[in-house]
Amino acid sequence: MFNKNKKMTISQKRRLGLILRWLLAIVLVVFSIFPVLWIVSASLDPVNNLATQKLIPDNASFENFRELVDNPIFPFFTWLWNSIKISVITTVLTLSLTTMAAFAFSRFRFAGRQGLLKAILLIQSFPNLLAIVALFSISKQIGDVFAALGLNTHAGLILVYLGGAMGMNIWLMKGYMDTIPRDIDESAKVDGASDWQIFTRLILPLLRPILTVIGILSFIGTYGEFIIARTLLTKRELQTVIVGLQIYTAGQYTQNWGSFAAGALIAALPIMIIYLVLQDLIVGGLTQGAVKG
Amino acid sequence: MEKQNSSLEAVAQKSVNNLSAILTIGVVIIADVLLGYFAFKLFSLGYIPLTIIFLIIILIISASFLIPKLYHFRWMSVGLSAWLLFSIFPILFTIYNGFTNYGDGHLITKAQAIEQIQKQTFLPETGKAYEWIAYRSPENDYLLWLKDDQGETKIARIVESDAEDKIFNVTPGENGIGELDEQGAPETIEGYTRLNRITASTDPNLTNIKFGDPENTIQVRSPSEAAELLPRFEFNEETDVFTDLQTGKEYFDREGTWTARDGEALIPGYSAVIGFDNFVEFATSPGLRGPLVTIVIWNFLFATFSLLLTFAVGLLISVIYGDPNFKGKKILRSLLLIPYTIPSLITILIWRGMLNPDLGIVNRILESTLGLSPEWTTVPSLARIAILIVNTWLGYPYWMLVTSGALQSIPTDIYEAAEVDGATGWQRFWRITLPLLLVSVGPLMIASFIFNFNNFNLIYVFINGGPPIPTATTTAGYTDIIISYVYNLAFASGRGVQYGYASAISVVLFMLIAVMSLIQFRFTNMWEEVGENV
Repeated sequence: MFNKNKKMTISQKRRLGLILRWLLAIVLVVFSIFPVLWIVSASLDPVNNLATQKLIPDNASFENFRELVDNPIFPFFTWLWNSIKISVITTVLTLSLTTMAAFAFSRFRFAGRQGLLKAILLIQSFPNLLAIVALFSISKQIGDVFAALGLNTHAGLILVYLGGAMGMNIWLMKGYMDTIPRDIDESAKVDGASDWQIFTRLILPLLRPILTVIGILSFIGTYGEFIIARTLLTKRELQTVIVGLQIYTAGQYTQNWGSFAAGALIAALPIMIIYLVLQDLIVGGLTQGAVKG
Repeated sequence: MEKQNSSLEAVAQKSVNNLSAILTIGVVIIADVLLGYFAFKLFSLGYIPLTIIFLIIILIISASFLIPKLYHFRWMSVGLSAWLLFSIFPILFTIYNGFTNYGDGHLITKAQAIEQIQKQTFLPETGKAYEWIAYRSPENDYLLWLKDDQGETKIARIVESDAEDKIFNVTPGENGIGELDEQGAPETIEGYTRLNRITASTDPNLTNIKFGDPENTIQVRSPSEAAELLPRFEFNEETDVFTDLQTGKEYFDREGTWTARDGEALIPGYSAVIGFDNFVEFATSPGLRGPLVTIVIWNFLFATFSLLLTFAVGLLISVIYGDPNFKGKKILRSLLLIPYTIPSLITILIWRGMLNPDLGIVNRILESTLGLSPEWTTVPSLARIAILIVNTWLGYPYWMLVTSGALQSIPTDIYEAAEVDGATGWQRFWRITLPLLLVSVGPLMIASFIFNFNNFNLIYVFINGGPPIPTATTTAGYTDIIISYVYNLAFASGRGVQYGYASAISVVLFMLIAVMSLIQFRFTNMWEEVGENV
């Protein structure tokens, strides 16, 4: 191998390598973006049928997108709004709960601290899908007392999501807080600042990077969550966009391919933009242990 | 002067502190009262376990705010409460269910089951009887005129009727009743036709209809007689035995099902603790064990291959295109990242359409170029390959991101030293890059393995576990993994919902995952990190 290559000059070798690399890159890019191109094309194809769809549609139009508006069996924009609402509220509440808890874990030493931290991590690794029957009946029982927090309510779903807030996020947040020198709060304490003041005035402003990362990951995770939302929300107009799209395609999806494609594209867009703009920030969070949901 | 100021400030600070302490106590009391009321309502509905959880939550909140020693828990009391309610309790609940027969036919409590069985009735062959005449409306609604042996008459509606008065007196002029005949029966009732003996005996519905109050129903027994139904089962609370009053058969309580000596069981049973029966049945019943073995093997293969493929493709990309001199690196990375940026459920749905064997674009291309048309959804091995292709597409960008970061952190002087020693590029990769990389990304590989091990969304949404395993007695398919199998058992099984079985497998899966997670934590040194004082 080494000897054969010796016959080529270094620059020839380099050029061959470059060509091979580009060929491979093209193959990979085709593999990675073909489904996306395909769905863009389907969304523009007025035929609205999987079987007859072409990559470059005849008579491309926005017909499929127009159909998403005011469609009673496919209330797409209601779903999208539900998803955004649920994800934003869950994210904000998750951030406040985890930040405060992480502050205690990072700054105080108390009995049960280590055990609790380990338990949080271990419990989080159990997929909550396995306990879905339990989640369903808890939600039902709560709803029997107070209907606004029970099944088929967004508040009830958010409440269930918050149960998972104490997890990896606390570790990420605590890890980040640990890197903030404690001298800062010691000196503030000497000046008579309370823990709450230290937390809100000193620590919180320094947390912006990690708050952004956890916030984004939490938003994306909630937005893409499927099975709990599918189990707890059964009324069509209350469902999230992910569940809606799945149910919509579970039936005659080959017939409604175009409107599905248009919906999928709009639903994916916010997340795609977040990822592509904030790539580097997210990568940091991922390598610290978050797995995409 | 300065001293005075600061002491004034201290006083002011102190009164502020006192005020906030009072406010805190006030808020805690309000929260406790609200939660306490909630717990009370839960208790009065009979939801005892959930009541206990709410009492613990009240305890956590009050203790952390009112006991100075537990001050630190204040910062997490709300989070802990939510965690307890929706993470810990569901797990405990699931473990408990694994040891019960909770599922179809055993969904209710014992008291509810007894009540339901006691409601069952039968038509006695003798006993209090009525003469009867039936009236029928064009919509097939019925009224039944009844006369008992004392000569008292009344009219009964069908049990399902929406009317308030299921039984009413025979008063001409009321309820559309017309003239009475010599027996005291109405000649006409408005909206209904009086049936004579012959039309009544040929009416196929009449003998099956229950009339009157649900508590005290009356049914037609013969052309001349109607009779009150009697409760069929008598319950003896001391012996826990039901006796069938019609046949005299006795039914004994066997783990939540009242069963006769000949094996006949009463419906419904109740949810009862049955010990390790669910686990034993899974280990011994061929119809259940067979698919489970297939599923567990595939589960491990699926997670392993998913990890290897996504890792290999991701690493390949970051090794080949990690070269800082490579032009277009940035744009290439963004393009290759795209699969990762779309919510995975949406892309799974897209792939489902693309790999549709008859209509999908992939087969249309394969057909026209190679003349192939693989049956992605019906042939087990092809379905598994399809799933791995989709999962590779979904997962490689993650490893591309992770490995490109990790590669940059490998010090370059190691490579320089290796080059001096005459190592080829190939050797450098296998002997230096890969081992160092595995050390740094090992924990993430375990995390990714666990993630794929439980990748329910992919399996369920892409193909719903299909194609089905023909020998299975429950809903099970060749691409099912444990978690999707559990889900189907709980919600969509051919044998009805089987929460007990589903929970039993969940418990085993819990343990598997816990072991894998603990291995991961050991690798990450996370356990040690906790103790460090930073």
